[in-house]
Amino acid sequence: MSMSEERTTPSPIAALLHHRLAWPVITLLLLLAVNTAFNASFLHIEWRDGHLYGSLIDILNRAAPLVLVSLGMTMVIATRGIDISVGAVVAIAAAVAAWLIGGSMSATESRFPLPVAILGAIGVAMLCGLWNGVLVARVGMQPIIATLILMVAGRGIAQLITDGQIITIYYTPYFFMGGGYLAGLPFSLFVAGGVFAVLYLATTRTALGLFIQAVGINPTAARVAGVQAGRLIVAAYVFCGVCAGIAGLLISSNVKSADGNNAGQLLELDAILAVTLGGTALTGGRFSLVGSVIGALIIQTLTYAIYSLGVPPEVNLVVKAAVVFIVMLLQSPEFRAQVGGLARRPSFPGAPL
Amino acid sequence: MSAVIPPTPNFPAMPHSAPPPAAQRPRLNPKYLPLAATVTLFVAMATLGSVLYTGFFSTQVFLNLLIDNAFLLIVAVGMTFVILSGGIDLSVGSVVALTTMVLAALVEHRGWSPLAAVPLVLLMGTAFGAFMGFLIERFRLQPFIVTLAGMFLARGLCYLISIDSISITHEAYSELAQWRLELWEGASLSLGALIAIGVLLAALFIAHCTPFGRAVYAVGGSENSAVLMGLPVRSTLIGVYTLSGLCSALAGVVFTFYMLSGYGLHATGMELDAIAAVVIGGTLLTGGVGYVAGTLFGVLMLGIIQTLISFDGTLSSWWTRIVVGVLLFVFCLLQRLLSRRAGKPR
Repeated sequence: MSMSEERTTPSPIAALLHHRLAWPVITLLLLLAVNTAFNASFLHIEWRDGHLYGSLIDILNRAAPLVLVSLGMTMVIATRGIDISVGAVVAIAAAVAAWLIGGSMSATESRFPLPVAILGAIGVAMLCGLWNGVLVARVGMQPIIATLILMVAGRGIAQLITDGQIITIYYTPYFFMGGGYLAGLPFSLFVAGGVFAVLYLATTRTALGLFIQAVGINPTAARVAGVQAGRLIVAAYVFCGVCAGIAGLLISSNVKSADGNNAGQLLELDAILAVTLGGTALTGGRFSLVGSVIGALIIQTLTYAIYSLGVPPEVNLVVKAAVVFIVMLLQSPEFRAQVGGLARRPSFPGAPL
Repeated sequence: MSAVIPPTPNFPAMPHSAPPPAAQRPRLNPKYLPLAATVTLFVAMATLGSVLYTGFFSTQVFLNLLIDNAFLLIVAVGMTFVILSGGIDLSVGSVVALTTMVLAALVEHRGWSPLAAVPLVLLMGTAFGAFMGFLIERFRLQPFIVTLAGMFLARGLCYLISIDSISITHEAYSELAQWRLELWEGASLSLGALIAIGVLLAALFIAHCTPFGRAVYAVGGSENSAVLMGLPVRSTLIGVYTLSGLCSALAGVVFTFYMLSGYGLHATGMELDAIAAVVIGGTLLTGGVGYVAGTLFGVLMLGIIQTLISFDGTLSSWWTRIVVGVLLFVFCLLQRLLSRRAGKPR
């Protein structure tokens, strides 16, 4: 967890490299550089059809749901939890929204007004988060098993709502969220940016961030110190649920349908990966919202790079696995100690473990 | 998860991860209650099915539970050891898929004999598990993340071999797949089910009659105490993941008997089913408490839910997931209440 045992050289570059966001940023820049090297028009952005158009805009637009879920996941992980049900919550929210809008073939007709559909979906997602939070904080289940319940049952519930079908949405105003543009930028960016801004202000300008870190570092001590640990944990899961719900709206609006079985598949793993890449340790405590956003962008850029390099998209998983292994090892104090020990004493027989 | 976090000045990761102090009392122990509840519920469901649906109460229906879930049982047995040691293995479904893929590619595309290919894939799965166990033990990494990466890796390797499904047309292979052990009254068991039963018996022996089994329980109960007791904690931790890898590979082989194909999308989500079966079988996810025999009933429970739903005919398949989720919830709640009653300070 602590990264301060390294030999520090007092040069500004080394100091910069020791910043906790240094590695995520370097990874992202490296990926962008690789993309640019193989595709000269990668960084090119132009104005077309009344909005900005280009690879970077595309990456940002596609990363928005993942960014949202990663923000929620960061809060949960900061309180020492984990939420593996987000993918299922995405599917539920998408299914609820699609049901509330109704499968009417008309482009202007919906079963309920659009705000009701949106609020309904977010409300259901919030309930999912509340359920997780209560199981973890009040009942005292392990976070992974508490959220596993919803992960298993959630897809069933989503399919129950959609009646096992993929609901296609024809109601045009709904498409604005995931596919529309505001001031030349994808609207989903504003959604993700808005959530990020609110959360960032809440955790840096109020004591909320400090409380969450306190709970994550030592729940008992935090409770003794007067922090309402239980409520904070519930709130973190509720927030994560809401984020997943909004992500579900964005995704279903973008693909114009709701698929109870496949919407948000493996999203929980991508989100956990994004949080880890961003430098938030899974053991809780210190968290970095900016890091998680960068982590989500890294994943999306990586996906884009794999597609644009003409590598079969399936290789994506192998690359992701390699990235997780590397990041994991770099974060492990034992690994650092061992590699450091090898560098200093080449013939050292084993780790002092 | 908590068992492999090094002792830090902070509290351990999960403050409530200590085993119930009553874990060593022999009889009438509340720790048998989840297992008893599972068995009772299984019997109740079987009775319900027999009363409601004609043709449900037959030997073959119950043997089919074993035949259709043989691979799940094998995976869940491996998972039981991992969870007993306080860890978790998310890679099992992907390793099953990778095994089917490699096996199908070797037999079909390379013309290998199954006799040579099967030992190779078993070795591969074992090595895969051992590698993850090594990372977890040596670098004190979280099992959740390591096996998650293993899951990505194995699934990705499947697609590197082929994106499409490879069907196995080898003659000897399909004969093995169709082979049935005839029992009384025309009822029969498949080879996969027999292998699963063999694995279960071996696991029962390993868990309760070998030093390794006892070490697994001890490590899951408290890793620090296990170290102080002089138990081989490091080799035990690597051992459980190796065992889980072997079980996954074996389940993959059984899966090819069942499906006669290799495909990268085989066994998606099987890790969840396996974890659910282990939990429903009464094993605590915090480690140290549970039974391999419970896992058998956990798997049978998942199987009988599916059978009931298919016999009913009016319920859709997604009800399976919802019912499994509800069962998971009930059993986790039961475990929480029991461990709380056992006098843990909260």
